[in-house]
Amino acid sequence: MHNFLFGIYPYIALAIGIMGSIARYERDPFTWKTSSSQLLRRKQLVIGSSLFHVGVLVIFVGHFVGLLTPIWVFDALGIGHGFKQVGAVVVGGIAGIMALVGGGMLFHRRWTDPRIRNNSSFADIAILVLLLVQLVLGLLTIFASLGHLDGHEMVKFMSWAQGIFTFDGAAASYISDVALVFKLHLFLGLTIILVFPFTRLVHMLSVPVRYFTRPGYQVVRSRRSEALPQRAGPVAPGRSASK
Amino acid sequence: MSHLLDRLNFLQSKELEQFSNGHGQVTRENRDWEDTYRNRWRHDKIVRSTHGVNCTGSCSWKIYVKSGIVTWETQQTDYPRTRPDLPNHEPRGCARGASYSWYLYSANRVKNPLVRGRLLKTWRKMRATMSPIEAWTKLQNDPVLRASYVETRGKGGFVRATWDEATEITAAANAYTTKTYGPDRIFGFSPIPAMSMISYAAGSRYLSLMGGVCMSFYDWYCDLPPASPMIWGEQTDVPESADWYNAGYLLLWGSNVPQTRTPDAHFYTEARYRGTKSAVICPDYSEAAKFGDVWLNVKQGTDAALGMAFGHVILREFHLDRQAEYFENYCRKYSDFPMLVKLEEKDGRLVPGRFLRADDLDGKLGEENNPEWKTIAWDETSGGLVAPNGSIGYRWGEQGEWNLEEKAKEAETNLKMSLIMEEDHDDVLGVDFPYFGGDATEPFATDADHPEVLTRNIPVKSLKTADGEIKVATVFDLYCANYGLDRNLGGDWVAKDYDDEMPGTPAWAEKITGVPREKIIHVAREFAQNAEKTEGKSMVIIGAAMNHWYHMDMNYRGVINMLVMCGCVGQSGGGWAHYVGQEKLRPQTGWQPLAFALDWGRPPRHMNSTSAWYAHTDQWRYETLEAEEILSPTRPEGDWDINLIDYNVRAERMGWLPSAPQLKTNPLEVAKQAKAAGKDIPAFVAEQLKSGELEMSCEDPDAPENWPRNLFVWRSNLLGSSGKGHEYFLKHLLGTDHGVMGKDLGEEGRQLPKEAKWHKDGPRGKLDLLVTIDFRMSTTAVYADIVLPTASWYEKNDLNTSDMHPFIHPLQAAVDPAYESKSDWEIFKAIAKKVQEVAPEILGQETDIVALPLLHDTPAEVAQDQVKDWKKGECDLIPGKTAPNYIPVERDYTAIYDRFVALGPLLDKLGNGGKGINWNTEHEVQHLRDLNGEWKDGPAKGCAKIVTDIDATEVVLMLAPETNGEVAVKAWDALSQNTGLDHTHLALPKEEEKIRFRDIAAQPRKIISSPTWSGLESEHVCYNAGYTNVHELIPWRTLTGRQQLYQDHLWMRAFGEGFMSYRPPVDLKTINKDVQDDGDTLHLNFITPHQKWGIHSTYSDNLLMLTLNRGGPVIWISENDAKKANIVDNDWVELYNTNGALTARAVVSQRMKDGTTFMYHAQEKIVNTPGSEKTGKRGGIHNSVTRTVLKPTHMIGGYAQQSYGFNYYGTVGANRDEFVVVRKMKNVDWLDREATQKEAAE
Repeated sequence: MHNFLFGIYPYIALAIGIMGSIARYERDPFTWKTSSSQLLRRKQLVIGSSLFHVGVLVIFVGHFVGLLTPIWVFDALGIGHGFKQVGAVVVGGIAGIMALVGGGMLFHRRWTDPRIRNNSSFADIAILVLLLVQLVLGLLTIFASLGHLDGHEMVKFMSWAQGIFTFDGAAASYISDVALVFKLHLFLGLTIILVFPFTRLVHMLSVPVRYFTRPGYQVVRSRRSEALPQRAGPVAPGRSASK
Repeated sequence: MSHLLDRLNFLQSKELEQFSNGHGQVTRENRDWEDTYRNRWRHDKIVRSTHGVNCTGSCSWKIYVKSGIVTWETQQTDYPRTRPDLPNHEPRGCARGASYSWYLYSANRVKNPLVRGRLLKTWRKMRATMSPIEAWTKLQNDPVLRASYVETRGKGGFVRATWDEATEITAAANAYTTKTYGPDRIFGFSPIPAMSMISYAAGSRYLSLMGGVCMSFYDWYCDLPPASPMIWGEQTDVPESADWYNAGYLLLWGSNVPQTRTPDAHFYTEARYRGTKSAVICPDYSEAAKFGDVWLNVKQGTDAALGMAFGHVILREFHLDRQAEYFENYCRKYSDFPMLVKLEEKDGRLVPGRFLRADDLDGKLGEENNPEWKTIAWDETSGGLVAPNGSIGYRWGEQGEWNLEEKAKEAETNLKMSLIMEEDHDDVLGVDFPYFGGDATEPFATDADHPEVLTRNIPVKSLKTADGEIKVATVFDLYCANYGLDRNLGGDWVAKDYDDEMPGTPAWAEKITGVPREKIIHVAREFAQNAEKTEGKSMVIIGAAMNHWYHMDMNYRGVINMLVMCGCVGQSGGGWAHYVGQEKLRPQTGWQPLAFALDWGRPPRHMNSTSAWYAHTDQWRYETLEAEEILSPTRPEGDWDINLIDYNVRAERMGWLPSAPQLKTNPLEVAKQAKAAGKDIPAFVAEQLKSGELEMSCEDPDAPENWPRNLFVWRSNLLGSSGKGHEYFLKHLLGTDHGVMGKDLGEEGRQLPKEAKWHKDGPRGKLDLLVTIDFRMSTTAVYADIVLPTASWYEKNDLNTSDMHPFIHPLQAAVDPAYESKSDWEIFKAIAKKVQEVAPEILGQETDIVALPLLHDTPAEVAQDQVKDWKKGECDLIPGKTAPNYIPVERDYTAIYDRFVALGPLLDKLGNGGKGINWNTEHEVQHLRDLNGEWKDGPAKGCAKIVTDIDATEVVLMLAPETNGEVAVKAWDALSQNTGLDHTHLALPKEEEKIRFRDIAAQPRKIISSPTWSGLESEHVCYNAGYTNVHELIPWRTLTGRQQLYQDHLWMRAFGEGFMSYRPPVDLKTINKDVQDDGDTLHLNFITPHQKWGIHSTYSDNLLMLTLNRGGPVIWISENDAKKANIVDNDWVELYNTNGALTARAVVSQRMKDGTTFMYHAQEKIVNTPGSEKTGKRGGIHNSVTRTVLKPTHMIGGYAQQSYGFNYYGTVGANRDEFVVVRKMKNVDWLDREATQKEAAE
């Protein structure tokens, strides 16, 4: 069972997450959006959404870097496990609380405002609940982590995560003895990856970062495939002179 | 290719080039997503239709259909072009129309026939063992069963029914009512045929075949300006909007063109670009105000004072100090100014009396025919008295001299307008004029102090006759005195200059209206100067605003007087442009036979709604206005001290106004009795009425025999929009929860009516059955017993015209009627078929007796030159002369459907016509047989078919002179016989033209000139009212044959309205101690103008329109008034008086005048309306705080232009003199509670 949940389930979740996202992007590109409820009600959104997004982004980058950077890189940079563990607890803790407070506001807003409630799909509410539970679990892991600030437990997770991506058949075994709260956190994290394509989370793949670098603010999409003959404007239907 | 792979293609640069210094770039990327937007606007077809809504817009629209669903609409742009130097008509349309397609698939759509749950439950149980007639009879005879559904009206509880059930209940109720009480207890209310003629005709044709009552609307809506029939003998005829462009001066008086005439407003803008000057008169800073060169913010309800002051200046500067030649000639030919008026003595003083007539003179000037209807003037050419051509006496009983040639007895004449010269008059005498300014209530009062009678000097001529000496004066001389102008004749109450505070001057008007005198003088002068230089191109655009006051005639006559004095009426670019609600039914004469089943029986039953609702909703039981308050101090002797309802009873009795119901006894029974007695029906009825065996229903409106029993409401929202005295409708007509807080006359101990019988308790729930036919769940539908789902405007075929442009164009079915809905034509066919099935149990071929009042444009309009009441023994009862005519009409209740779908035989036999002329129509009827097919057997054998709605449109188009050139020539020829002048040249160039339904489906078509109307459809001039009177010398259809500024009927003189004068708003006394809570001190004048976000109530429940404004009922008040009651913008407020209460949000705005509140008409109470703290019931509609009040002068009949015509003359539903208490709400209670289990079970 442990092997299934942490050895096989990650591949299922990742496969559905990736294939599902591609399928949705191909089949239903117009559903690929944030489904913002800003037009329905602005109150609570500005502060809630900002807290939530900033917190989550910090956590996301922390997890991504922390888990997937090979251990020798840290070693080569001279970053000790203990230091990294403490850093993760402090930064993650602050960011987690920010995200939790922001998410809580968003949830309150979504649940109690009748207009937003009526405009919410099951997935909209469910994903918010999942994220909030995951945040709580993540924050609870801090208490477990305080027991081993030297960072050796963290190395286990790094090994596991990197094991998954390097198709290490024994990956699951690296975390067989971690605390239950970590396992729950991991499982739920994998599940979020699994449901990712079916929710509004897909909007994170479309962050318009290109806007920061594009040269012009007026974009003309060409119909021409190759070279550039002179521009042909659209032909306006003639309107006969009336007077 | 793949969306993803396209984006992941990093091998090729996405950027092709840059431009604008790198601010723009041309990219290479997949553009397939654009197809989505292309498909969004791709459609399967476009169908031409329009919106059958009461707005006079009549805009042709493109309806887009995609996959069988109406998706959106856009404006048509293919109207026929105008001529050089005149802008085109398009684009026509507004945001309201553009939102219509929302309705089709909205939650507000009525999708199935609905029946009140308790009614249907009982019905089904009874029908298991009984026939439909038995079931309905039992239901009506059991007070508990009847009350079980009557008392739940308006409180929900509808269940779905089948078409079969719903039409069966309706048919059974109609048949039972016909048999038990008489067919004239079946009422039908539907307005404005022009907006969808066939839908209107469907219901009215059914009612007319049954013998039911078609109720008027134009007068009830108070959009009918009675001043128009009084002065012109014409309901309302106006220039098309394109003619605004021809004006040199546009005076907008209470009309908010950009807001309420949106599709036409561009002509106003274009006229301004052309250089037309414009003044705007309205109390609030309206959307129109910004168009004006000057804005006169007159105090609401005092427009007549402003009109008088304008007239004062015009008379002084253009008629007296200097005689503008054009004005003089115009007035001599086209107004009653030269006519002589007898001065009558009352208590040793002189007052203006009747027009002098040939009958008054020895030898009657040789006039044998109608000498009492030929008015007299002084002729300079012959130096004696003449009876000029054109007066109404020439219209009937002879031919060839009913015209406006300056002739009398074929000799040329030159009529004298004034006897001011020394040699022309015998004396200068004081004549009394009433002054009403002193009657003003506190909000309208000024510190000026004038007596109630003003005696002014007039040049008078004495005539010797066998009956003694008669003193006469010209209308013009009296008219000038009435305006308070000094003519060096000495005496009092005339003004030397404009600053004199004498009634009539600008200084006097300034005090009353709040408009500075310089502005009054300035506008009057410019208006007249322009008219003089352009020969009449000064125009007044006027809305219903001024017409909704109790004394609307005074406001309107003030305006019309200005136009006549300046020679503007009947001149292109000039005249009176009253645009409210009439929506000209251009092919009227072709439509009437279809609509009122004149092809099967004549006459139909028509009723003036104002009097009917006043009586049947028992608003008369609460009347607070006494005749004494409005009678003139100069009135002739008479029995004037009676209640307003009594005046109406007398009017019905003398045949002036129609009645519904007509006789207390079922007319089918009366006919049987007459037959049994072997007597002629009119004679029998007369005999029985005289003996008292028969009673007229009007004498006892509350007797159960006289209640309206069945009511159809279609194409209308009677209860949510036009029903003045809404709460009285609920209380007495419907018998359900209501908000009436006042006491009736009995409880108050006031004077009870003398003619109408008083019952101690007003009846509750007079209606047995209310059937509402609508596409949306309107307020009226909510109160109905049966709601039938009708096709929307994009789901049926019909015709549409307007007074704003000269085109006829269609409504068309872009898609089939959605859900279970059917077109109105099909609905009434279905009901007719059911009647034919169920009625034979109790009804067969029957003789009905229809009471017909003395109608305008028929010989009966010269029936009563004196007022005599047969009941008081002043004359004998002669049907059709001193009383209504009683005419037998054959009905066949076994063939209602067969007759409905066939063009009956009377058109072949009697021909067709209108407005006093008639022509043969055999040729057109044969064309229709060829076109629509012919019934081969059955009761309608040999008749043309009218099976589908398109068949029905072809009937209208074929018979109408406006759409069939051949008929137009026949019609002009018929008129030529009367006038002795040849008018056929107006239609001959179009004789071969026939407009069919498919023609107008292709493009709107301009109609053909017809004598039904007073303007021309020509390639040279715009349509303008009165044009043919002026240019073809066709008389106005008035007593004098001219534009008649003096009204000499006994009742007009009694109520002091012989001449126009300023009459302040009346005191309705609806805020009293009983109803007013302590501390509620803000009392405001309650005004209901037309709104921006809807057309009446239509669109006011449309989500798109609700989203564009505040989304629910609002009232507007000024900042100062708001402060007084601690109201801030968007607060919930309550408005109340004895009539009821309403709730709304407050819009606090600087543009409002202090002392008034606007509640834009008409916001449905089905949208966002909380409960009233005052009544505990759901806050009402705007009409919850109004009650209509009748005016006796509108009841006059049998007297030339003051004769009844359906929607043409009669009482009007005034509502603007009302005051309300305004207060902030403490608790906003939405009254949303779960139904109890018991309620749910029912």
